[in-house]
Amino acid sequence: MQHAHADTSGASHGTLKSYLTGFVLSIVLTVIPFGLVMNGTLPRSFIIAGIFLAAVVQILVHMHYFLHLDTSSEQRWNVMAMAYTVLIIAILVGGSIWIMYNTHIRMMDDSLMAGTPAAATASASRNAAMPDMAGMDSH
Amino acid sequence: MLLRGFADAIMMRAQQAIAEGPSQGYLPPYHYDQIFSAHGTIMIIFVAMPFFIGLMNIAVPLQIGARDVAFPFMNAISLWLTVISAALVMVSLGVGDFSHAGWTGYPPLSETQYSPGPGVDYWIWSLQLGGIGTLMTGINFFVTIVKMRAPGMTYMKLPVFTWAIFVTTALIMMAFPVLTVTLALLTLDRYLGMHFFTNSLGGNLMMFPNLFWIWGHPEVYIVILPAFGMFSEVVATFSQKRLFGYHSMIYASIAIGVLSFAVWLHHFFTMGAGADVNAFFGIATMIIAVPTGVKIFNWLFTMYRGRVQFTTPVLWTLAFIVTFTIGGMTGVLMSVPAADFVLHNSEFLVAHFHNMLIPGALFGYFAGYAYWFPKAFGFRLDEKWGKRAFWAWAIGFLVAFMPLYALGFMGMPRRLSHYDNPAWQPYLEVAAVGAVIIFVGIICQAVQLVVSIKNREALRDVTGDAWNGHTLEWAVASPPPFYNFAEIPVVHDLDAFTDMKEKGIAYQRPAKYHDIHMPKNTPAGFVIGMFAFAFGFAMVWHIWWLALVGALGMLVTLIVRSANDDVDYYVPAAEVERIENEHHRQLANADATREDAEPAPYFVHQV
Repeated sequence: MQHAHADTSGASHGTLKSYLTGFVLSIVLTVIPFGLVMNGTLPRSFIIAGIFLAAVVQILVHMHYFLHLDTSSEQRWNVMAMAYTVLIIAILVGGSIWIMYNTHIRMMDDSLMAGTPAAATASASRNAAMPDMAGMDSH
Repeated sequence: MLLRGFADAIMMRAQQAIAEGPSQGYLPPYHYDQIFSAHGTIMIIFVAMPFFIGLMNIAVPLQIGARDVAFPFMNAISLWLTVISAALVMVSLGVGDFSHAGWTGYPPLSETQYSPGPGVDYWIWSLQLGGIGTLMTGINFFVTIVKMRAPGMTYMKLPVFTWAIFVTTALIMMAFPVLTVTLALLTLDRYLGMHFFTNSLGGNLMMFPNLFWIWGHPEVYIVILPAFGMFSEVVATFSQKRLFGYHSMIYASIAIGVLSFAVWLHHFFTMGAGADVNAFFGIATMIIAVPTGVKIFNWLFTMYRGRVQFTTPVLWTLAFIVTFTIGGMTGVLMSVPAADFVLHNSEFLVAHFHNMLIPGALFGYFAGYAYWFPKAFGFRLDEKWGKRAFWAWAIGFLVAFMPLYALGFMGMPRRLSHYDNPAWQPYLEVAAVGAVIIFVGIICQAVQLVVSIKNREALRDVTGDAWNGHTLEWAVASPPPFYNFAEIPVVHDLDAFTDMKEKGIAYQRPAKYHDIHMPKNTPAGFVIGMFAFAFGFAMVWHIWWLALVGALGMLVTLIVRSANDDVDYYVPAAEVERIENEHHRQLANADATREDAEPAPYFVHQV
């Protein structure tokens, strides 16, 4: 108890095997999105979803194998900190997307409105107001 | 920096008091705009932040029974980054000019097209470097509180101020990176001609307020939560009671820690988001008033039936409770988006946020300053001048800001260097008088410091327990020895020191002293700070070679210092024993002389 500094008890350091498992999994999860793009035959939305999924899984792999996060009692604090971080980031990113999207809609930005119900009503009302512009509105 | 920020404030009040109709006042608009931008930046970043961070540096390690913070070297870097970024703002007085885009620096005004000069760059780099320093402080104290608590101190035995700091550091770690990135994007716009926040070529200037307030709103709670913690300590100590509702206090802090990230849109209700978005953030804003209200009632119930001593810190607290409640109610009023459309960017808003930050944050820091001053320097502050300062501040605050509420309803926008409505002028003259009364308060504080230093022998705190305190910082000498605790205490109760005093084990000496492991002093933090200053100044003026020198200097100093393994040493047990003997001799003297006149220091009034 004579130390001025933080003790490091409670932090596990992993084994060679766990690091190698994490490393191999990371490589596999990096190769998959590359493969999806290089192959290029799948539908675009499928490729994007695949990249996104591989990225999220890779984050989890890193946290488990490299940062040693698990539900054991020594790690509970790290997991709680992680949960708080994820919650806040979800609020911030989700909130920002919601706010900015909403402002765009209300500015009647055509590129974002295409295909939404709001777009249909907005462009219908505009077309009604300016009949001779109707043809120029679709792109 | 309080003086500089206040000088800006009183200049604005003077200008607004005279610049009506034909009179143009004495400040041209461009100069006036720089003054309000500097005032906001300085008061938030270089008064509020350093003030509470200083107090937490004194109190937190002592409260948790630690000898130092987790990363002493990083703490030095944080300190020097704060100093040099404040210095950058001051340099802008003489060399070039400061930003005229407001302390929030919204584009497109802060973009190169509308602000080609170095002013906005001064603002960017002082905020950026200071912000990075604050982020490191946040990490440092979070780790300190998680890892370095004394044995037995579980989270629910953590002193309430330390809990407030704990939540604050979590907020810092989440919020400040957003500021760093936002400023970096604006920097790229300004320096490399990119288009993140421009009006054209794919930029979106509305993203800037969004990102800025994702940092900015939590920042409000970052400066207010520590003050809440200080009020809690002060109220409990000077009511000579245990704090009422400790658990609800903690959960209220945690609730604020989450909710403060869900209300940022209320700073720009008028930007044009739809009714559903505005309603969501309006309601979230109203909800965050609930945990704050819980805290207010806890303080009131702590004082209820306590033996309240009306010392200066208690006076600050009382003024805070009354005025902050008014500010809170005007805040809830503005959280209704429809009402905000009327009051947005009016003097009503100016009155509201000063009403939150002056009583809410600054009065708390003043209370904490008077409360912990004897711990840090070994003698109390003069009460007479402290009370004079208090009355001037409290009355001055009301006189200066209550008229602004009325002006807001009369339709006066903020940030006017000139106006044509004679109906506003009387109110602005009253507000200017209020600023002068506040100035009297500041003078009283300066006098208080001088008088206290002069009378330091009479005001000396010989026991280390100046106020019959509850928590561990009062268990050691004042000022504390550089190793804080000769023997790390074992904690059994929330009010750890009160518990020791009741059991009669306070001031108990260990059978044998041990060597103490301590970090060595290092100049590296100072050196990095100086290189950072050169870097910041060079970036403002586009002196690329100097910027490179500054950046490399920081990096090399950091690497050299990191490669140095000789960073710690042991204080020999004999040296510890000598220092502790000295303290115990003083304690014995104090007991002998004070036994008849006053209660002995370990006499406890617990209810």
